[in-house]
Amino acid sequence: MAGRVDGKVAFITGAARGQGRSHAVRLAEEGADIIAVDLCAEVETTDYAGATPDDLAETVAMVEKVGRRIVAAEADVRDTESLRAALDRGVAELGRLDIVVANAGILSNGPSHELTEQTWGEMIDINLSGVWRTCKVAIPHLVATGDGGSVILVSSVAGLRSYSGVSHYVSAKHGVVGLMKTLAQELAPHRVRVNTVNPTQVDTPMIQNESMYHLFCPDIPNPTREDFGKASSDTILLPIDWVESIDVSNAVLFLASEEARYITGVALPIDAGALVL
Amino acid sequence: MSAGSGRVAGKVALITGAARGQGRAHAVRLASEGADIIALDACAPMSTVPYRLAGEAELAETAALVEALGQRVVARRADVRDLAAVTAAVDEGVAELGRLDIVVANAGVNTPAPMVEMTEQIWLEIIDVDLNGVWRTCRAAIPHVIAGGRGGAIILTSSAAGLKAYANIAHYTAAKHGVVGLMKTLAQELAPHRIRVTTVNPTQVDTPMIMNEPMYRLFCPEVDNPTRADFAPVSRAMNALPIPWVEPEDVSNAVLFLASDEARYITGVALPVDAGVLVK
Repeated sequence: MAGRVDGKVAFITGAARGQGRSHAVRLAEEGADIIAVDLCAEVETTDYAGATPDDLAETVAMVEKVGRRIVAAEADVRDTESLRAALDRGVAELGRLDIVVANAGILSNGPSHELTEQTWGEMIDINLSGVWRTCKVAIPHLVATGDGGSVILVSSVAGLRSYSGVSHYVSAKHGVVGLMKTLAQELAPHRVRVNTVNPTQVDTPMIQNESMYHLFCPDIPNPTREDFGKASSDTILLPIDWVESIDVSNAVLFLASEEARYITGVALPIDAGALVL
Repeated sequence: MSAGSGRVAGKVALITGAARGQGRAHAVRLASEGADIIALDACAPMSTVPYRLAGEAELAETAALVEALGQRVVARRADVRDLAAVTAAVDEGVAELGRLDIVVANAGVNTPAPMVEMTEQIWLEIIDVDLNGVWRTCRAAIPHVIAGGRGGAIILTSSAAGLKAYANIAHYTAAKHGVVGLMKTLAQELAPHRIRVTTVNPTQVDTPMIMNEPMYRLFCPEVDNPTRADFAPVSRAMNALPIPWVEPEDVSNAVLFLASDEARYITGVALPVDAGVLVK
């Protein structure tokens, strides 16, 4: 059977692990070739381990295993030139660009007035400005390909409501929704659609770490994954603890495919009902 | 698509307003991905609706299209203004097809009129079909979905008019906003049963509800005898994407996504299929 994104090429940031890897594999399963970038290094203001070159190599192996081509590179969404170089090489090799998934993101936490300038600044620089840089380097390729296209920005439920203790993240993710709506206007004449996905907690290393467990379970001295699960479950409506990366990937696939050819300017929650709780 | 391999294989879907337009497209699309269909339609004119409504022959055609895809269908004439009729039809369909997993509350009508000229009869008929009818569909269907114990997906057809205002269709705009409120409340009530509730919110769709003279006149007040060709550029100017309207199949693809397990954790969401109307 023909894949739902057969013959298309997708550019994915933060693709070494977590949601980004899942998006790469899901889109590849449905027939897309992949341009995958990741920082593959530690970020100064987060206190969980960053992705590694081995993680990115594993994404490459998984995409190749489903029979698709992949061009992968280490690139930092804070560095336009590194992104541009990686993307240009990928487009040169794979021939076109149809889909962009601006997924790279970090998470740290602290009360607003206690955040350092560095923690605030790095968050905005990666989770908001990094999304803009990804779009900046990718959009000329989409327009040049001339077949329309689909840009999917990874926002969050925190892009549509607030959560105390992560004001920088909330601000960045809200900003991503604003960027999406503006890009949807600007790119509609080119039939390039722009949407966000807005997940609740996803079972990835960005969430599953001690720092987040403490944020969600302030009254427990040494909170575990299980304690976090209970607290996380209280923030959503469906009787689950969190969603899986594949759930976000299925939404990305839908938005990337021709099935959503007239969907643009939309923030799509994958949030187990967090927003109507 | 053989049974067992589609994106909604083995599931049963109830669709109201299934004789033509979006409802028929939903029936065909879900059947093409392996669902059996309970198809309802009033199949009769309504007193204030100024364009021709579907008849029984069109409902029979929908049933034939579903059967041609190798799926089973129970098609019944039922008006969403009549809870007893809807309940009886749904009960019969579930008895024959064995279960109910997906509900698409799609039946809707529209009768443009400036607020100051709108009669109470017009107001009430639109509210009764487009809002109360959605509630009656849910009322009749939800007990079956709960009884199945397998979760489920309820998709209510709202509109871009459920999220923004349009002059001269105050009743329709109020009803479609009401559908969004109903959806969010049902999402809360049904989450413990793993039943998800969402809306689709289309812009203009190429169906008889839109493609008729009263609607052309609403959109083209300056033109004497407006046609589809006059309506197209006006409609296109409302969308961000350079298209005049979307096709029923575009809404169906959104319905399919929301109905499938790919959207297993999406609930309480209004999904525009609106070519960017809301960000225009």
